Amino acid sequence: MKAHHRHGIQLEIGLLIFAAALPLVLQALGEDYYISFTTRLLIFALAATSLNFVVGYGGMIAFGHAAFFGIGAYVVALLMAADVTSAWIAWPLALCGAALAALFIGAISLRTRGVYFIMITLAFAQMIFYTIISLKSAGGDDGLPLEQRSSLTPFNLANDATLYWVTLAVLAACLIALKRLAASRYGRALAGLRQNEARMEALGYPVHRLKLVCFVIGAAVAGLAGALLANQNGLASPSQLYWTQSGMLLVMVILGGVGQRYGGIVGAIALLGLEEALSQVTEHGHLYVGIALLLVVLYAPRGLAGLRVHQR
Amino acid sequence: MSALLETLLETKGLKRHFGGLWAANGVDLKVKEFEVHALIGPNGAGKTTLIHLISGGLLPNEGGITFSGIDITRQSMHGRVALGITRSYQITQIFPHLSLLENVRLAVQARHRDWGSSFRFWRPASADFPMLEEAEDWLGRVGLAEKAGALACDVSHGEQRALELAMALATRPRLLLLDEPMAGMGPEESAHMANLIASLKGTQTVLLVEHDMDIVFRLADRVSVLVAGRIIASGAPDVVREYPEVRRAYLGDELQ
Repeated sequence: MKAHHRHGIQLEIGLLIFAAALPLVLQALGEDYYISFTTRLLIFALAATSLNFVVGYGGMIAFGHAAFFGIGAYVVALLMAADVTSAWIAWPLALCGAALAALFIGAISLRTRGVYFIMITLAFAQMIFYTIISLKSAGGDDGLPLEQRSSLTPFNLANDATLYWVTLAVLAACLIALKRLAASRYGRALAGLRQNEARMEALGYPVHRLKLVCFVIGAAVAGLAGALLANQNGLASPSQLYWTQSGMLLVMVILGGVGQRYGGIVGAIALLGLEEALSQVTEHGHLYVGIALLLVVLYAPRGLAGLRVHQR
Repeated sequence: MSALLETLLETKGLKRHFGGLWAANGVDLKVKEFEVHALIGPNGAGKTTLIHLISGGLLPNEGGITFSGIDITRQSMHGRVALGITRSYQITQIFPHLSLLENVRLAVQARHRDWGSSFRFWRPASADFPMLEEAEDWLGRVGLAEKAGALACDVSHGEQRALELAMALATRPRLLLLDEPMAGMGPEESAHMANLIASLKGTQTVLLVEHDMDIVFRLADRVSVLVAGRIIASGAPDVVREYPEVRRAYLGDELQ
């Protein structure tokens, strides 16, 4: 058991070194486009991981996660339009903005359960979508372009590789935090909640508050991912807020493995990687993605990350 | 002896109806501190409803409940647990995919009711040695020390019920509500559970719903008889046993 544990950590460190070295390799090969592509992968991996925390750890099937992802992007873009370019200010505010929205939405939505919870989170997200596209100052349907990337002194984000490394560092930090969180008192309480909510209530746990905190943490991380995506795209786009984006993040989580620590990452890489690969050979990429999802749900219900046993 | 003890729980004129059926129709019940108080009655008499009303799972239409001098009639379930009322269930309610130890540890963690307890996000719960030791103690008390590492879904039904008792005790309740703790058990497991409950006598207030009359008369300090939503008799087991309406309403079929 101990040996297995050590083996797992070695693998994690190996993958991290590989991921950190990737831009250098791509530059040497002259494939600079793929630095942007892999940055995008990591950002979506972060967003999907944050949703997986809500769905897989908190047991809440939230269908409005794009709202928090999008809020993060718009906070950065709006601040940029107001001449606040520092990432040290804008990114924490993006995170807080998403968390505040989640506090409000969650406090109301968590009074419902099951299908109603899915519908009400979807409804709130769509409300935010329509509100933002109706705002002229937020660019309406066209979205809000960023004049430049945020300035994260002393790092220069204008360099694609630097943005990649910063994103990788954020993702790695979130995964470490997630690992700690899962084993903490709070994480164990969530595990109990997932298995038997009525019993947790009978034991005297503040069930509503536990779930709300989980919902807010997930949203905050999604907000940070949104801030990164705005930088990567040079744009805060309404599509990032739209319900199909929530659906896509859910597909990533299911594909990768609900409640698996690496589920969000594996799912994001699988989905975006598959789309990218298929786009080179066929126009009907979505059909094959659909088939892949169907196969995973039928034959690997714990997701692709769940195929490696003993992971959680 | 029981006359000297204080009343811990009192219900007055408790009423609750489901449609046209009065499952509780004016229940007056007193449970004294440190007694094992058995609640008996035929099927459909409203025993489980009464347990729900006391634990806060249901609210009454009329009447009131006081616990340790505090009016808890409208109190939430969560608030009642905080005051010291814990219940176990007719149907086993555990965390199936956690170890026995983790099941009990969660119950111990629940008791640390300050805001901080379950909102600690960084330190591993497995490093909370006092908490783990306490959980191990409770498991030992119900005879499950050796199975601490097993998953709750992998042990026998009787062991799951014992686990549930350990979890209920780990919240250190002032009043423990046990709803048919022997339900679905074989004779050996039942005897073990009866011994466990007997070991609580004198230190733990228990309100026990149970069908098996032998066990009731062995374990209980006092017995209340619930028929059609009302308490028709209450007192020491030997006294209650002789009430004519009790014999007619409830013990009748056993005497034949």
